[in-house]
Amino acid sequence: MRNNLYIVIVGCGRLGSYLANHLSRIGNSIVVIDINESTFNNLSSDFSGFKIHGDATQIAMLREAKADKADIFFATTHEDNVNLMVAQVAQKVFNVPKVLARVYDPKREEVYAHLHIDTICPTSMAAEMFLKAVENGYLNMDGEKS
Amino acid sequence: MKVLIIGNGKTIYFLSRKFISQGHNVVIINRDKEECIQLARQLKARIICGDGSDSEILKDAGAMGADAVLAITPDDQDNLVICQLASIKFGVSRTIALANDPDNAEVFEKLGITGFSITQIVGSLIEQRASLEQITNLLPVGEGRVNVTEVIINDDSPVAGRALKDIRLPENSLVAVIIRNDMPIVPNGSNDLKPDDRIIIITLPENHGTVIKILTGERS
Repeated sequence: MRNNLYIVIVGCGRLGSYLANHLSRIGNSIVVIDINESTFNNLSSDFSGFKIHGDATQIAMLREAKADKADIFFATTHEDNVNLMVAQVAQKVFNVPKVLARVYDPKREEVYAHLHIDTICPTSMAAEMFLKAVENGYLNMDGEKS
Repeated sequence: MKVLIIGNGKTIYFLSRKFISQGHNVVIINRDKEECIQLARQLKARIICGDGSDSEILKDAGAMGADAVLAITPDDQDNLVICQLASIKFGVSRTIALANDPDNAEVFEKLGITGFSITQIVGSLIEQRASLEQITNLLPVGEGRVNVTEVIINDDSPVAGRALKDIRLPENSLVAVIIRNDMPIVPNGSNDLKPDDRIIIITLPENHGTVIKILTGERS
């Protein structure tokens, strides 16, 4: 992986700040945007990117973040609708080549697959792993029985 | 027509009241329990309390058979997602989203959703009222590609007393109606314009200024 990418991250909570810290440490240029300034406390002391305090659903904010120059755009706020909107704007207005949005609601994820927006749904991923655990546990129990 | 309106505040009450009085079947989705109770008391509409960007709630509200969905919440991201869900998941052909941030009206259009901005509409109304009392822009039609404007002909107007066929208007513009003593006339070339006539003109943004200048002698 190239280490000099320009990456815009919307949302600086647990996920956003983790990505920002890690990707900054390995040499990428990062801009994080969050509506809540205190979330920037989640960034580590060696974070070398930019922080923008503002509402990313206002296109002016994404312009300020130079989203048109971004190689990668992550939408990681805790609001599905914010993530879905900014991801679409990044992809369709600013033509960012790689856009990924976190979406908690699996029903919403389905619809946005139609619009060719790449999403990660922590709910359905976790559910799958839990179900797999049940399946494995059941098999093990079965194994013990026989 | 079955209309789904998602939002809160006074706007949703007055809009719903208007649609209901016109005989439309209105369903309201509102997140606020107290407001829902109020609306249920005041309106003959189905009120659903919940998040309109949740597809289960939209389904409960009957989005499947709705003729139009109007999303006017204070959050642009919610309005966008509501309209996209309605059109993609439930096949609603007419969806309209309020853009609280005027820039988002254009963003919504780019994302395939009809957007409108109250700031833009009110702003341009005030500008037009303030700049020239003689001219009133009535409404932009066809996503702003066509203007419908009311112009009052006064004594100084260069076209006062002349027949329409003698007034050279640019291509793609039209004097559609003359209102004289409160009587509307749909004119032909032989009708003339008189002082105190109110005329309704149809123009395009590119010829609007020229037409106004021809009719009033002033630049708009």
